[in-house]
Amino acid sequence: MAGSSASQQVIRTGGGARFAIYTILLIFCLYYLLPLYVMVVNSLKPLSEITSGGMMSLPKDWTTAPWASAWSTAQVGVEATGLKPYFINSILMVVPAVALSTILGALNGYVLTKWRFRGDTIIFGLLLFGCFIPFQMVLIPMARMLGLMGLAGTVPGLVFVHLVYGIGFSTLYFKNYYQQFPTELVRAAMIDGAGFFTIFRRIMLPASGPIAVVCIIWQFTNIWNDFLFGASFSDFDSQPMTVALNNLVQSSTGVKEYNVHFAGAILAALPTLLVYIVAGRYFVRGLMAGSVKG
Amino acid sequence: MRGYKLKTLAATAALLATTSLAHAEDVEVLHWWTSGGEAAALNVLKEDLSGQGIGWQDMPVAGGGGTEAMTVLRARVTSGNPPTAVQMLGFDILDWAEEGALANLNDVAAAEGWDEVVPEALQAFAKHDGNWISAPVNVHSTNWVWANKAILDELGIAQPTSWDEFVAALEAVEASGKIALAHGGQAWQDATIFDGVVLSTGGIDFYRQAFIDLDPEALVSDTMVEVFDRMATLRGHVDENFSGRDWNLASAMVINGEAAFQIMGDWAKGEFINAGQVPGEDFLCFRVPGSEGTVSFNADQFAMFGVSGDDAVAAQNAMAASIMSPEFQSAFNVVKGSAPARTDVPNDAFDACGQQAMADLAEAADSGTLIGSIAHGHATRAAVKNAIYDVVTAHFNGEFDSATAVQELVTAIEINQ
Amino acid sequence: MTMTVPKTSARPAKQGGDWLRDAIPKLVLSPSLFIILVFVYGFIFFTFYLSFTDSRILPSHDLVGWLNYERLFKIRGWDIAVVNLLIFGSLYIVICCVLGLLLAILLDQKIRAEGFIRTVYLYPMALSFIVTGIAWKWFLDPGIGLQAVVRSWGWESFTFTWIKDSDMAIYTIVIAAVWQTSGFVMAMFLAGLRGIDNEVMKAAQIDGASTVALYRRIIIPQLRPAFMSAFVVLAHMAIKSYDLIIALTGGGPGTATEMPATFMYSYTFTRNQMGIGAASATIMLMSIAAIMVPYIYSELREKK
Repeated sequence: MAGSSASQQVIRTGGGARFAIYTILLIFCLYYLLPLYVMVVNSLKPLSEITSGGMMSLPKDWTTAPWASAWSTAQVGVEATGLKPYFINSILMVVPAVALSTILGALNGYVLTKWRFRGDTIIFGLLLFGCFIPFQMVLIPMARMLGLMGLAGTVPGLVFVHLVYGIGFSTLYFKNYYQQFPTELVRAAMIDGAGFFTIFRRIMLPASGPIAVVCIIWQFTNIWNDFLFGASFSDFDSQPMTVALNNLVQSSTGVKEYNVHFAGAILAALPTLLVYIVAGRYFVRGLMAGSVKG
Repeated sequence: MRGYKLKTLAATAALLATTSLAHAEDVEVLHWWTSGGEAAALNVLKEDLSGQGIGWQDMPVAGGGGTEAMTVLRARVTSGNPPTAVQMLGFDILDWAEEGALANLNDVAAAEGWDEVVPEALQAFAKHDGNWISAPVNVHSTNWVWANKAILDELGIAQPTSWDEFVAALEAVEASGKIALAHGGQAWQDATIFDGVVLSTGGIDFYRQAFIDLDPEALVSDTMVEVFDRMATLRGHVDENFSGRDWNLASAMVINGEAAFQIMGDWAKGEFINAGQVPGEDFLCFRVPGSEGTVSFNADQFAMFGVSGDDAVAAQNAMAASIMSPEFQSAFNVVKGSAPARTDVPNDAFDACGQQAMADLAEAADSGTLIGSIAHGHATRAAVKNAIYDVVTAHFNGEFDSATAVQELVTAIEINQ
Repeated sequence: MTMTVPKTSARPAKQGGDWLRDAIPKLVLSPSLFIILVFVYGFIFFTFYLSFTDSRILPSHDLVGWLNYERLFKIRGWDIAVVNLLIFGSLYIVICCVLGLLLAILLDQKIRAEGFIRTVYLYPMALSFIVTGIAWKWFLDPGIGLQAVVRSWGWESFTFTWIKDSDMAIYTIVIAAVWQTSGFVMAMFLAGLRGIDNEVMKAAQIDGASTVALYRRIIIPQLRPAFMSAFVVLAHMAIKSYDLIIALTGGGPGTATEMPATFMYSYTFTRNQMGIGAASATIMLMSIAAIMVPYIYSELREKK
């Protein structure tokens, strides 16, 4: 029975055990939250406090100046623009890439599960293995291809690159999900004369909510956080936010304004964090509905 | 009639506007000077160019002395979309020249008279097959020691003039409870110390024979063993937390009085100046004892990549000319802590250490003791440079002894040549 | 459950429509296939080809036979990288699975605030190491991090200098990597647990099985698919991990935390030795294939 814990109905835990359980869960909460805590707390301190004090202590002098600086006045290159201008570039790149990758993955999964033909397993295997390719390997040949296609240094070029390397995972997610989808419905619709796209639109898509969320979260995170492709395939006017953050954080000389660095890092991570928090519960649901079963 | 006149006026205005727009071609600059001081220095160039009607398209990619930037550069060149100018060091420039990717700056060089004012040792990295391919921005030097004067005065230590005096000074500082040598355990920092130690141990001829000619006899010599022994000695005087520390944090240790000495290139001077310290009063700058009279240098340059279109070439040439102008050379290097790349720049704007750097540079250029830094890609190509890094840093971290290090060095250089 | 469309000419009147119906799925799939063939397998082949050339700063076409591979195996850094990957990979995968499973089982026990705790466990996956790298570096640094904090609490002799120690640095990388991915693995196991059929468990309980035995004999074996999926994700991240290492140790101290991904990057882009970089990449890929292809094959075979 999906939706409720199998063990819930069967296994009961006594008071002592429950105390232990909660304690363990709480200790691990600390482990996971620690870096975020360090980042947030130190992003609200003036620099003098950071250089003198402990990294875990709360600010004595609360200030949001580092955040303002990271957003709009920090030195990211020759100009001190902060991260703001680069956010747009990232969004322009991520949204189309995620959308296209998800749709393509859904269509692929649909084909591979409901419209079988000879050799489709091999094709799926090829797609799957493609997930494992290290990005550094494809950098130079991809640069050549982008140049040949006239997409070098453009946002569409970046979208294309992320699409190419995202298809494997999105197909995997959707295929596993649609695998569990009852084929009788599809069969019935076919007998009724519905075509390929009609079935997809009317039957498969509406039920794909959970797995679409999983796919979107995964793709969004990976593409938003990508640095290598973003740096290598962008021009001066299409650099994504990860490149700007790297410039902010990795400057080699001068006083390191750690508070600004942390504020910038959190700003850069906000979209992905938001996506995880808002869509998080659908994440487990989506994983449950078949994708985990291999 | 009136309608016609207005239309013509409007059309002419539009035409003028677009023509003037098309006239100012922009330069796209790939670099990794993203922090406050360096960016401010680079901004001088940007302002200069905008005064000439040339826009600056900034393409900063920070990280590790240019590692990320060089990766991005490869992608850009491979995709047929190279930037106009790229910050680059040493042999990398020559490597790109060999690929035929760089532009020819001979016209600008001749017009501005670069051949006469740029030291020959530096020209070796700015010219390929006799053609100028890049515009040098500065000349850094790596065999410097930076010292906290207060600590030295307190312990009665005089500025060391020989290696033995230096070691004695280190021991004295350590005995007093302070950290003797502030250092950051990163491969390039270990190698930067190596530059000075090689010069100090074997002199310029040994340096040249071993690390520029890569002569196996010099590489497997007793002198080389002694070089590694001296590195080991220095290792004994750093604090236990040195591993992975950034170089400017090590400088901070000297500035704050926690440590007495740091062996580092003259970009460290910027840290001291920014902290409000005055050379000669708060801190001392002197050559690595034993290496006086020699200068191991590395020069930041803007390599100019082949661009098409007359306007683009014109903008590129204008940028090259601006970089090499005495005004810019002075303004930039005062901030950066290095010496200008041309020897005819007046030194009044520079502080005491800067003036000493410029004097040392001129003297070394004249007497042939100006030599490229191993650690910063001016002695050997990237492959060999990194092979040397591997051995130096492994030895510095105690993974093998000096004799083994020498063997490893030869093997590494051989494999990677 | 295959949909077979008759391909014979038995129904001439509908042949056109049948052909279309047959072709559309393949047409839909073909862009992805084409893209993968060119941009993944084409590039793999290109890298393989490059490993036999003397490419330095850019690809060249002068073939040099096995020279790059010979050199590769003489390079000290490569041995270190491979050993590190084995140590890191096995620890990372095992700890993530154990931890993920433990947390999933605990979280499955009707916990209040489950949603909140689950989000806390899951969020690290959202952050890249460019973001969290400094925080981790601080935390692991003896001077300002955990060691300093614990000492300031009174425990003067506490030492935690792993990150500065050539032998122990790799384990700090494991700590940070586990932090990032174990929440995701937990989510996978949690989903798996929630999909387990009640009836089998009830039957076992009636037969008198204890809770521990219940878990050990029934529940955990049923999680086998989840284990497989987790293994794939973890192995993929272990092999690709580059940002993590650069952010935490930069490959140091010395070369103690070099890994194949950082090795390959360094040789291709920093040392201008693209031929050797390509050789190392080829070997990396072959190792990945050696693990993944059998897995994929067995998984796909089962489905039929």
